[in-house]
Amino acid sequence: MYPDYMAESLRKVEQSRPRRLELARKPDPVYPPMNEDERRAVLEGFHPDFEPSARRNVCVGPNKGESLTTEVADLLESHSWLRSEQVDLSKPDVETDMLIIGGGGAGCNAALVAMREHGIRSVIATKLRMGDSNSMMSQGGMQAAVSRTDSPTRHYLDAIGGGHFENKPELVRALTEDGPGVVKWLEDLGVVWDKEQDGSMKVMHGGGTSRKRMLSCRDYTGAMIMRTLMDEVRNHPDMISVKEFMPAVELIMDDAGRCAGAVLYNMDSEEFITVKAKSTVIATGGYGRLHIRGYDTTNHYGATGDGLVMAYRAGAKLMYMDSVQYHPTGVSFPEQIAGFLVTEAIRGAGGQPLNKDGELFVFPREPRDIEASAIIRECVQNGGGVPTPSGRLGVWLDSPLIDMLHGEGYTEKHFPAMYRQFIRYGIDIAKLPMLIYPSLHYQNGGIEINERCETDLPGLYVAGEASGGLHGRNRLMGNSVLDYNVFGRRAGKYASEYAKSVKLGKLSVAHLDAYEKQLADANVQTELVTPILLPSYAPKDVKKRQLVRGGNSLPGASVLQNRLHDERADA
Amino acid sequence: MGSAPAGAGGVLSSSQEDGQQGKAVGSLVTVYIMGKAYEVPAEATIMGAIEYAGHQIIRGAGCREGYCGACATIYRLPGDYKIRTGLACMTMVEEGMTLAQIPSVPAEKAIYDIEKLKPNVTAIQQMYPTVFRCVACNTCTKSCPQGLQVMDYVQAAKRGDIAAVMDLSFDCVVCGLCMLRCPAEITQPLMGIMAKRLYGRYLRKESPELAERVKAVEDGAYAAEYAELMKMGREDLSKRYYARDSE
Ligand SMILES: Cc1cc2nc3c(=O)[nH]c(=O)nc-3n(C[C@H](O)[C@H](O)[C@H](O)COP(=O)(O)OP(=O)(O)OC[C@H]3O[C@@H](n4cnc5c(N)ncnc54)[C@H](O)[C@@H]3O)c2cc1C
Ligand code: SF4
Ligand code: SF4
Ligand code: FES
Repeated sequence: MYPDYMAESLRKVEQSRPRRLELARKPDPVYPPMNEDERRAVLEGFHPDFEPSARRNVCVGPNKGESLTTEVADLLESHSWLRSEQVDLSKPDVETDMLIIGGGGAGCNAALVAMREHGIRSVIATKLRMGDSNSMMSQGGMQAAVSRTDSPTRHYLDAIGGGHFENKPELVRALTEDGPGVVKWLEDLGVVWDKEQDGSMKVMHGGGTSRKRMLSCRDYTGAMIMRTLMDEVRNHPDMISVKEFMPAVELIMDDAGRCAGAVLYNMDSEEFITVKAKSTVIATGGYGRLHIRGYDTTNHYGATGDGLVMAYRAGAKLMYMDSVQYHPTGVSFPEQIAGFLVTEAIRGAGGQPLNKDGELFVFPREPRDIEASAIIRECVQNGGGVPTPSGRLGVWLDSPLIDMLHGEGYTEKHFPAMYRQFIRYGIDIAKLPMLIYPSLHYQNGGIEINERCETDLPGLYVAGEASGGLHGRNRLMGNSVLDYNVFGRRAGKYASEYAKSVKLGKLSVAHLDAYEKQLADANVQTELVTPILLPSYAPKDVKKRQLVRGGNSLPGASVLQNRLHDERADA
Repeated sequence: MGSAPAGAGGVLSSSQEDGQQGKAVGSLVTVYIMGKAYEVPAEATIMGAIEYAGHQIIRGAGCREGYCGACATIYRLPGDYKIRTGLACMTMVEEGMTLAQIPSVPAEKAIYDIEKLKPNVTAIQQMYPTVFRCVACNTCTKSCPQGLQVMDYVQAAKRGDIAAVMDLSFDCVVCGLCMLRCPAEITQPLMGIMAKRLYGRYLRKESPELAERVKAVEDGAYAAEYAELMKMGREDLSKRYYARDSE
């Protein structure tokens, strides 16, 4: 239940509801959408990326001299777990055609396509259990231009406008043109899409869409897709070998500068395992668990940006790593679920963001960065936020409108996960609004790829959230579920073709020594050892007393503690 | 700029930025994590409590938001004989709670070729024959942290009613708690996944416009328009974007 002091504000929300319901029933927008200048002003004034300490120049590696998100620069300017003399590459522990790093949606798609269409065997090495990933969590849906009023080129225009025209065009074309085919691919594997009575796909709006294009599986879209893909992967143990709790910690190269596999770390026995592979796919997802700028996150436990740093040390260039996506609607209250995602589909179905006086202050379906910035502005500048008992701020997201617009019981039927999450704390979202604030959600940029998922390094392919270029500096809702399917499949295809022809030379991890030297030459002082693998949520005082396993620049030290935030005084 | 809603109540949540932790607010309760006593904030989730105690969870946490089923937990409360079940990321601690996480429940997934199955009772008989051992004790339903009617979907499976299994098991997070408690050793969530796939593959209503669209793309129907859009400079694209109509 909401604390008593919020009653007054809740009453105002209720009072303005009939009027806002009328607005919602009309075809016109319930609040005027911003034009280009207004968008720029709210972004530059209030988006966390524009705070003065949000970015800094990175001083080593392929993007040297470029301004990146501060936490990302910290991540890149860190020590490896390994030095070259620690691994014996003359006899790799495992040999395979294709190594896929990350068992989320992109990784599973790559493995399935490699096997089914190219007869290629693969190893999926993943950090937690297979499917423990951001892919499992997407609620709102996947964009694909399937309805008759829509077209793939219209989807292209929406995506590229949402990304402020900075997206790589060939990637956006691949995304939008492959979209309808992905819907069918998943349906044939057994994904249960939401449909209308006549069998046509149920489509909804999302932020930045000009046609209803969001496909869903109730609000368990990601879980439905992910479990279907995983189940199919597990139907082929002879072709796809899955290694759980075996994250990759560094890439292996050959003497001709090709990527040739990776060194894995067995989290149980704490030993390193070498995998030689003709082609390697990074599908490690995003970085929400870096808690950039101290924000809560919607991401899964293993989202620590590992792929970025591994690829960077090996020489792959990153793109748009100065831009972070904060989801406009993370939970602000109850505290126990702070940061959790409230799906954008709530706004797609008619939910409206309101200030403490129960008034609209932004069009509910602006692109994400604009919507999030407008919410921050309303709280920070206009004093329109509602404080929570612990001192967070939030604005209302008026969900009861949904049943009023679509019929009683709609919310519970179509948003069961959301409904469940709140009812546990005595809040019935069909009757009461939710209190929300932006939450760290998505890595807009990543390792730069082309439409074949190729990187600067021959033999290294990247797909999904770990990649950069597709979304420009702002991804629209529904385009990343499509992303991991489209580009996961493409990575499977192109990495298979490559694996069939390549002849690898002598293996080495000498790039780690070279990188260490770059750090020394640039006079970087850091204790951070990466990839981070898992964040630590032990209280600070406990951490101080704990055995120091991380925060330890000694090579080979076993690192499970994330000291990233402790390192930075102003974090 | 103070735009991050940093709260002193950070210890309560399982999705907190670690820098905010360390300050206990409000009252503490005693919980027994695998038998050992710890004082933790009364408002914490079980996952929050385990981490507050200083554990680094390796198995037993995935999504941290109630979707993945990695955090299955069993517990007892003082003076209560019942074994209770919950998701650690979603369940609050209580005074005197004694708990253990069950990060993995041994179970064999049936290996099958979906193209060779039919959406009927035969598929269930062949792939998950244990379903027919159900003694209708309802233990599975009582142990489901998602509040699903698990026994009902098992019964539906026995009848070969794949659509009902799909509907009733839709929100299953595969935590495995039902199959751990089932006296008949049935692997409900695995059977549920197969049934959902069978529904999606065979019992769905076909979408005519989807097939048409897939064909149009294959025929290159959009190639010319793509070429035009991809040639446009930022300014023209921007004009086209802001002038587009909306549904
Ligand atoms: C709560 C939530 C809701 C979302 N909702 C939507 C939505 O409605 N629509 C939409 O389009 N998008 C949504 N997204 C975004 C979308 O789900 C993700 O961007 C997408 O699933 C990423 O897929 P992926 O395969 O690239 O990465 P992931 O699915 O995250 O998979 C990456 C995998 O790699 C593993 N891994 C990480 N590091 C290593 C390592 N070092 N070695 C080995 N394995 C490693 C991870 O543990 C994980 O299993 C949502 C995201 C979240 C968090
Ligand atoms: S049906 Fe079984 S596996 Fe699925 S959520 Fe319920 S208890 Fe967990
Ligand atoms: S617990 Fe097992 S035996 Fe009991 S009702 Fe459920 S499936 Fe049947
Ligand atoms: S951690 Fe995924 S359900 Fe609890």
